[in-house]
Amino acid sequence: MFGTTMAASGGEFVAPGPNSFDFSKQALFHIGDTAVTKPMVQLVLGALVVFVFFYAAFRRATLVPGRLQFAGESAYGMVRNSIGRDIIGSHDFIKFVPYLVTLFFFILINNAFASIPGIQFPTFSRASMAYALAALSWLIYNGVGIKKHGLLGYLKLQSVPSGVSPVMYPLLVPLEFFSNILVRPVTLALRLFANMFAGHLLLILFSTGGLFLLEYGGIGYVAGPLAWVLAIAISFLELLVQFLQAYVFTLLNAMYISGALADEH
Amino acid sequence: MDGNLNMIGYGLAAIGPGVGIGLIFAAYISGVARQPEAQSRLQSIAILGFALAEALAIIGIALAFVL
Repeated sequence: MFGTTMAASGGEFVAPGPNSFDFSKQALFHIGDTAVTKPMVQLVLGALVVFVFFYAAFRRATLVPGRLQFAGESAYGMVRNSIGRDIIGSHDFIKFVPYLVTLFFFILINNAFASIPGIQFPTFSRASMAYALAALSWLIYNGVGIKKHGLLGYLKLQSVPSGVSPVMYPLLVPLEFFSNILVRPVTLALRLFANMFAGHLLLILFSTGGLFLLEYGGIGYVAGPLAWVLAIAISFLELLVQFLQAYVFTLLNAMYISGALADEH
Repeated sequence: MDGNLNMIGYGLAAIGPGVGIGLIFAAYISGVARQPEAQSRLQSIAILGFALAEALAIIGIALAFVL
């Protein structure tokens, strides 16, 4: 699918683009009229993997943890302590920990699909998937804020900055409202989507470009393998980015929740 | 040779966030070098700053494909 041989492209290199992410013509199977594509299957698979891992780890929880339970507890403890407790604060972080842990590992496994042989496609490089996650987090942080402060109190908390003279309000209040309520979910989704998109695009470019150069011959015999070496190097960079984006997404979720819960100064 | 001028524009636009992210991690590294025990506190702040600076580059790449 991605491999563009010279015969297929008539001697012209076809650079990968947004088309490489379009699975609409390659439906795996159909449910009724809905075509089920690879990213959709991956999304469900990711949820199942997270569920099965944590279920197996804590199904027979013992006081002295076994190997699997230890792995599960470390994974849970990392998100609970370094994201939940440090950001939201020890007073009311515990009820958000299940959401944060699930979110982190769900995003992590879906990003990791980009590097798992045989799958090699990051689910969140389809923008709509990332938008859905951001919409969920938007509902949650606004929901807890409105529940705690009431609608007007919450809007005041989010859009009226403290310690500013009221003369500046006409300028600052619309800006703060725009930035805190409207732009946040968009940047949250775009960050995850575009990182996965750009990383996968780079990988496709270096792999298909390397193949093209090899087939081109001449200097391509040197440049082609070099491109593949770079593709391997970028794969390792991608592993880092996959983890970092899952971490950043969860961290920002925790920050938005803690901002919504904050007391007025 | 054909291509899209948007991509050159995106390359130029990515300079800003690139410099910004470099500055953030430079400050983080020198902070940790001076006070190693503050690493855990600095880390989440550094990653937050990185994410916010990176958002500009990200919006750029989205617009480069959309416009």
